[in-house]
Amino acid sequence: MTSLSAQWLDRDRRRLILEQSAIPDTIYGILTAACALFIPALVIAIAVAIFAAAWPAFAKLGLSIVTSSDWDVAAGHFGAAPAVFGTLVSSAIALVIATPLAIGVAIFLSEFSPAWLRQPVGFLVDLLAAIPSVVYGLWGIFVLIPLLREHVMPFFRDTLHLGSTPFFSGAAYGPSMLAAGVILAIMALPYISAVSREVLMAVPRSQREAALALGATRWEMIRDAVVPYARSGIIGGIMLGLGRALGETMAVTMVIGNRPEISASLLAPGYTMASLIANEFSEATNDLHLSALMAVGAALFVITLIVNGIARWLVWSVSRARAK
Amino acid sequence: MRALKVTALMLLAVACAKENASNSNTASSTATTSGSVDLTGAGATFPYPIYSKWFSDYAAQKGVKINYQSIGSGGGIRQLSEETVDFGASDSPMSDDEMSKAKGGPVLHIPTVLGADVVTYNVPGVTAPLKLTPEVIAGIFSGNIKKWNDTRIASLNSGVTLPSSDILVVHRSDGSGTTYIFTDYLSTAVPSWKASIGKGKEVKWPVGIGAKGNEGVAGQVKQTPGAIGYVELAYAKQNNLPIAAVRNQAGQFVVASVAGVTAAAAGVAKSLPENTDYRLSIVNAPGADSYPISSFTWLLVYKQQKDAAKGQKLVDFLNWALTEGEQSASSLDYAPLPTDMAAKVKARVATVSLSGAK
Repeated sequence: MTSLSAQWLDRDRRRLILEQSAIPDTIYGILTAACALFIPALVIAIAVAIFAAAWPAFAKLGLSIVTSSDWDVAAGHFGAAPAVFGTLVSSAIALVIATPLAIGVAIFLSEFSPAWLRQPVGFLVDLLAAIPSVVYGLWGIFVLIPLLREHVMPFFRDTLHLGSTPFFSGAAYGPSMLAAGVILAIMALPYISAVSREVLMAVPRSQREAALALGATRWEMIRDAVVPYARSGIIGGIMLGLGRALGETMAVTMVIGNRPEISASLLAPGYTMASLIANEFSEATNDLHLSALMAVGAALFVITLIVNGIARWLVWSVSRARAK
Repeated sequence: MRALKVTALMLLAVACAKENASNSNTASSTATTSGSVDLTGAGATFPYPIYSKWFSDYAAQKGVKINYQSIGSGGGIRQLSEETVDFGASDSPMSDDEMSKAKGGPVLHIPTVLGADVVTYNVPGVTAPLKLTPEVIAGIFSGNIKKWNDTRIASLNSGVTLPSSDILVVHRSDGSGTTYIFTDYLSTAVPSWKASIGKGKEVKWPVGIGAKGNEGVAGQVKQTPGAIGYVELAYAKQNNLPIAAVRNQAGQFVVASVAGVTAAAAGVAKSLPENTDYRLSIVNAPGADSYPISSFTWLLVYKQQKDAAKGQKLVDFLNWALTEGEQSASSLDYAPLPTDMAAKVKARVATVSLSGAK
């Protein structure tokens, strides 16, 4: 009997010792540190591998890979400037369309929506992110492109008389920079809206109540108290959407027309860096061709880094401006 | 306390090692299951439907399993060169440079079946097959002929009402054997094409839009009034696309068919030297029935097989493919080799050395 109680006592003491000791913390610390270091190590490993594979092309062709517009595999010319241009322009179109829409959705859901509508609408918007990109591409070919060709493009060109401006000139065949931008906008939208919605909902009640107490209307409250508070988070969401747009491959390849030419017209076909790699990699046998495709990949990597850097800087400067 | 910490770390390390070990266990067990596959190959996507039929028929008849990955001709050549597969497959012959880089020594090109490209179009109001000459096809795809009612097209198609609309050229955006055959044909038949654009799995197209895969090109052409593009014969037949009749070397307008493609191979086979390595182009072949935009597709095997048992299985399969396999080709819209040519190719298969000696 005494031995049993002693045992109990012993067990309690042991548990106490374990709970007070630093061992679980240490193990946990090591595990999380391993996770945290693994990801940067992976990024660095990928970057090293890409740049190593791209090196022969950079050594031979230099920066002309991203500055020249002549991509002619048979002749051994590798100038991917049209693809760089296409990547940047299609992503820019996507953000111009997606940002106001996504923020509108987010503001409605966090500020105006009745509770019963909030869940289903939010769910459906989030669902856009779960659709595979090849499905977007198919939808683009069979629904979006005919719609653009028969209604939207003639509207811009003829009804609004924008056909004389360089941005809407030329024949409208359907597959175009505009089609790519619209597809990318739909794909980027759920990312921007989901992040913005969460950030807006996290704005403290007191912030809203203070604005209302000062006599602000609902609109003024949102404009002056809620959105500025959430601004850096919203920018983060936009950058996440931009990252999605820059790297998207399949859907864009299916609707952009894959034409390596720089054209100011949104109705003209274009090309993106990711599409170029996806299109040509599997059949590339020539060493320089392979290396040039890797170089395009490396350039895309750098562009993504720069864009992320700009995003960081924006978030930082916005939060600093608010702190002042 | 310190000792405890160390023990905990060691436990963690052991756990990690165990994790790794179990991972590598699963990896090696999948390797053993794939070890029951007798031969592995990789390469061209274009002949994949007929190859996969062959491999499954062959496994059913002879019990020899062949694993084939249709990763594209380029990947097939790379993997063969690195000796990671037992055979490769390609829609375009390897260049001398690629041959010299192959690590396993000399590579034999074994033609298996033939494929063809057809010109498909979407011209409202046109029902009968359009007639086209190589010069007109080159003119359209290089952007010199811009309207459907251009006299160069109209003069070939008297009695057909052609619209005055713009022509939209649709070409492949991905590197492909289909593009190689098409540009090889135009380079052979039209000197100005050779000088300005040339041939390759991807070329610099002066006009038009690029679409991915046969289905991409066909989809774009179907949807866009005034569009023209090129796709594989098998794909076009299975999807009932409108197909142009193309004028061959003998001056006849021929609509692509399995028989016309085999006729083209027979036309070229007549003038073959005895010691050919079968890296042949048969575009613009002679013969009244020959369809001019056609090509072989090849299996690539090393002349010196390092593993005698595997080598024997490979040779047996090739002989089977060149006799029994050929008979099922046309059921999937691939053209079989002409019979006398298949016999000559078998003689070439017989030169594969199983000893491994160089």
